[in-house]
Amino acid sequence: MKRVEILDAKTKDKLCFLDKVEPNATIGEIKSMFHKSHPQWYPARQSIRLDPKGKSLKDEDVLQHLPVGTTATFYFRDLGAQISWVTVFLTEYTGPLVIYLMFYFRVPFIYASKYDFTTSKHWVVHLACMCHSFHYVKRLLETLFVHRFSHGTMPLRNIFKNCTYYWGFAAWMAYYINHPLYTPPIYGEQQIRLALIIFLFCQIGNFSIHIALRNLRPPGSKTRKIPYPTKNPFTWIFLLVSCPNYTYELGSWLGFTLMTQCLPVAFFTLVGFVQMTVWAKGKHRSYLKEFRDYPPLRSPILPFIL
Amino acid sequence: MASSEEDGTVEEKENNNKKRTKSALVTAWLTFYNIAMTAGWLVLAITMMRFYIQRGTHKGLYRSIARTLKFFQTFALVEVGHCAIGIVKTSVIVNGVQVCSRIFMVWFVTNSIRQIQNEESVILFLVVWTVMEISRYSYYTFSLLHHLPYFIKWARYNFFIVLYPLGVAGELLTIYAALPFVRRSGMYSMRLPNKYNVSFDYYYCLIIVMLSYIPLFPQLYLHMLRQRRRVLHGEVIVEKDE
Repeated sequence: MKRVEILDAKTKDKLCFLDKVEPNATIGEIKSMFHKSHPQWYPARQSIRLDPKGKSLKDEDVLQHLPVGTTATFYFRDLGAQISWVTVFLTEYTGPLVIYLMFYFRVPFIYASKYDFTTSKHWVVHLACMCHSFHYVKRLLETLFVHRFSHGTMPLRNIFKNCTYYWGFAAWMAYYINHPLYTPPIYGEQQIRLALIIFLFCQIGNFSIHIALRNLRPPGSKTRKIPYPTKNPFTWIFLLVSCPNYTYELGSWLGFTLMTQCLPVAFFTLVGFVQMTVWAKGKHRSYLKEFRDYPPLRSPILPFIL
Repeated sequence: MASSEEDGTVEEKENNNKKRTKSALVTAWLTFYNIAMTAGWLVLAITMMRFYIQRGTHKGLYRSIARTLKFFQTFALVEVGHCAIGIVKTSVIVNGVQVCSRIFMVWFVTNSIRQIQNEESVILFLVVWTVMEISRYSYYTFSLLHHLPYFIKWARYNFFIVLYPLGVAGELLTIYAALPFVRRSGMYSMRLPNKYNVSFDYYYCLIIVMLSYIPLFPQLYLHMLRQRRRVLHGEVIVEKDE
């Protein structure tokens, strides 16, 4: 039997003392015990570490496998209010879906009142609405049925930041695409057809990658494995890229930019690309650190380039 | 084993030498930069004073210093680079916001909207900027030379308490005065329909800039107050993310 004491990482105050703890108890179980004595700190917002400035221990770590004596001393840091990833994703994706449709149907007080509830005379505007809506419905369904998240929660303030980004950009793009004075693409039908092909190709590609990544991980687990190409040709891009989901996402938005010929859409694509590149580089680096046999030909997001 | 250890020490000595020459070079560059900027703002201050003493009016003062102001204020962009590569320990964002707001005022307000160049609010912020920059750059210069007179440190960390709000007032009044001229001329603006399917109204942009002072200014001001407490009174302030 071991003893566990939990100290505050900043003030080093003794917050909790657990007397009889099984040696094979996990950090997750210790978090639940800590939560009982301090009900305001639910397990998701606890960061338990061996060193006040060190990395957080994982919920799966077992007490007896850690470098501690008969009395284990842990340091606690409050991560702040947490919210589940699923909640954040559902909220941030429902916004653009609804907001874009409000502009598409020209709900009052957006454009001049003589345009209320009218429809655009350009068929590309209808196509764009279908593509945009399809994209976000796909994201919502993937959040509910496809993705397997590594972390259950994220800090609460993220939802405000993320929703401002998605909802703000959706409103900005939708305003111009559905505007009565919208100008259709210069090269007309050719441009729109090419854009649609690129968009659909990348949507299918992105979905294929999400399915492939899901299949790497058995339900309820948090295992990490190297993704490899499968029988689906859309996954063959794994030969050249670590995060092809981001590559396809970039492609989809480039298609949408070409379809609508709208500068705000191009801007949104650019900002998204910068953010996804940051994420891809981080993921690529963790793959290289974790797996010694990681395929050397792969780049984070753009084959051979980035 | 032994040979690899030897290689290690030779490499270490080489690296230490490289670090020493690099930091000597960096110190030399920073010292030169800060002396040059102190000199530049001193020139501005003296030119402004001479103009006012000789002419007795502030009308035409901006035009007389416009080119020097644009040169030295724009050159300050280099400081953002210093923060980015880490040779100066200020956050890129804090420094970036400050430099960008200056560049914006100089190039996109006073330079392009000629009708407001003789406003009193322009003189207000010019005087504030000049005093702040001379005390700031001379503080850096003397720190780098390891001979910092206490009154320079005192000036750099106390003047801002009054000057910061005065400078903000000057800037905001200037932008406010510029609004009617922007509206009338439609400058820097783009209307629908156009092939990029975007519109931009510089008038509303300026209003948003004015509103952005509300969240940004208190943060910068509090940041300076925290720095002041740390430098002048040796207090250790625990920042939120520590």
